Amino acid sequence: MERRLLILARKKIMLNVDPSLINFIIFVLAIFVGYFVVWAVTPALHTPLMSVTNAISGIIIIGSLTLLCLNSDFTSIESESLDVSVILGYLATVLASINIFGGFVVTQRMLSMYKKKSK
Amino acid sequence: MLDSNLSAVFYLVSSVLFILSLKGLSSPESSRRGNIFGIVGMIVAITTVIMQPNSTNFTYLFSAILIGGLIGTILGLKIKMTAMPQLVAAFHSLVGLSAVLVAAGAFIAPEKFNILANEKIKVISAIEMSVGLVVGAITFSGSIIAFAKLQGIMSGNPIIFKFQHLLNAIFASIIFLLIYFFIVDQKLDTFILLAILSILLGILIIIPIGGADMPVVVSMLNSYSGWAAAGIGFTLENISLIIVGALVGSSGAILSYIMCKAMNRSFISVILGGFGETATNENKNKGDKNVKSGGATDASFIMKNSESIIIIPGYGMAVAQAQHILKEMCDLLKKENIKVSFAIHPVAGRMPGHMNVLLAEANVPYDDVFELEEINSDFSTCDVAFVIGANDITTPAAKKDPASPIAGMPILDVISAKTVLFVKRSLSPGYAGIDNEIFYNENTLMLFGDAKKIVEEIVKELN
Repeated sequence: MERRLLILARKKIMLNVDPSLINFIIFVLAIFVGYFVVWAVTPALHTPLMSVTNAISGIIIIGSLTLLCLNSDFTSIESESLDVSVILGYLATVLASINIFGGFVVTQRMLSMYKKKSK
Repeated sequence: MLDSNLSAVFYLVSSVLFILSLKGLSSPESSRRGNIFGIVGMIVAITTVIMQPNSTNFTYLFSAILIGGLIGTILGLKIKMTAMPQLVAAFHSLVGLSAVLVAAGAFIAPEKFNILANEKIKVISAIEMSVGLVVGAITFSGSIIAFAKLQGIMSGNPIIFKFQHLLNAIFASIIFLLIYFFIVDQKLDTFILLAILSILLGILIIIPIGGADMPVVVSMLNSYSGWAAAGIGFTLENISLIIVGALVGSSGAILSYIMCKAMNRSFISVILGGFGETATNENKNKGDKNVKSGGATDASFIMKNSESIIIIPGYGMAVAQAQHILKEMCDLLKKENIKVSFAIHPVAGRMPGHMNVLLAEANVPYDDVFELEEINSDFSTCDVAFVIGANDITTPAAKKDPASPIAGMPILDVISAKTVLFVKRSLSPGYAGIDNEIFYNENTLMLFGDAKKIVEEIVKELN
């Protein structure tokens, strides 16, 4: 069922444009979004900016989770498997989690220090 | 269970949340909410992967997140604010390494990424994968070197040798060649060789860059970590990864640009490394200039009898951990109805915004802290400029002497203040290797010694 949907979705897009090209379009537009959003960041918050970008680069966890827990043949959900790609995925997931948790925690800590003048 | 369309919608939601989290940083009030957006975005993205119909291995999954999360949380809670640059560099290296691992996994198990065509990895996917691998590996090793330099494990001095640029160029060309072979042959040996060479290149790129150029390096590696993530995002055809990669990549690039501009140096010249080579013969007739030096008593007397004071912090303040005692000094001065403000140069410290975070940590209200353009015209009307742990960013030679290595660098106009109090260990020149003429100015009083100790003494005098 799910697989059928997946193939269908793929076919629909591929009728016209190569999906890699669509991804590239998204990429270029996102660079522009990033450009405008980041220029608006106040210089006083440049360090939190770096730590929050650290945290969100942990999104690479999507890649590592794909290796770790998506089983490619769409057959069984129950079977736990272990091969080299799963081990690589495991390590990458640990690293990305360090980034995500550490990045958000330290950003929150820093931001809570920025205070207005009292009274 | 999510079908692919619904998943794509969720990835879009998480990407929008990430954009909002960066948007929040446009002011301190909205920034905390921004961080929450980021956290929610991450939860949405991770849940979406886990909810895929073909997901399995949940024990591994949760243990991995638990281990990483625990390490990350402890790091995040324990790290000292003065050590932020190191932490950020370390985090970049982790992103780089994850990118390398994911690329390797994608190469070994291409069926998981759905990138096979006729038993081989699609050409476009092989290109994307090798970009992720190379940029990831460079980020990984480069950030480790940056970390070692910031942490003091390695000397902050630039390491420069003959034919360095030639060697880098050779490495880069071999890497391009190998990418080509990898795409054609798709052999594991080529993949491993590519990883090793990229790791070496990352080291070679960062070693010639010296301590005070670190803000540029840290921002640049921030940018690289984004591009690496985007490379993996293309292999995976995942919009969230692509968008985040682009956001982080451009964020780091903009920060590098701002840092370079604040030093009036081109990005290329920073990356090529080394600094101060031209400055060695600049230090002429040093001996016959007079320097007035004083102690805490003089300093507190001058400050007490002034109406407005501007404090200029630099990396030396961070090293001496003097921010808290400095805040105490400000409070005492404010009690005497003296106006105290802070002037921050964009490249003060070792990473963008470094000084702002330290002052925030010491509870200095952020509306007392000003950027270079905001405050520079106020120096001419202020009574005392109190320079603590900064040097090059105040050097008038940047404005006057076109031959100076830092010519054209925007500086804080400290010299036009009525009196300059300059806290410094010795008369040694700063990172750029040039003499600061402010030392010999007749309105300058040098306070020699450790920044923290001096401020402590001044606080005692003020009490």
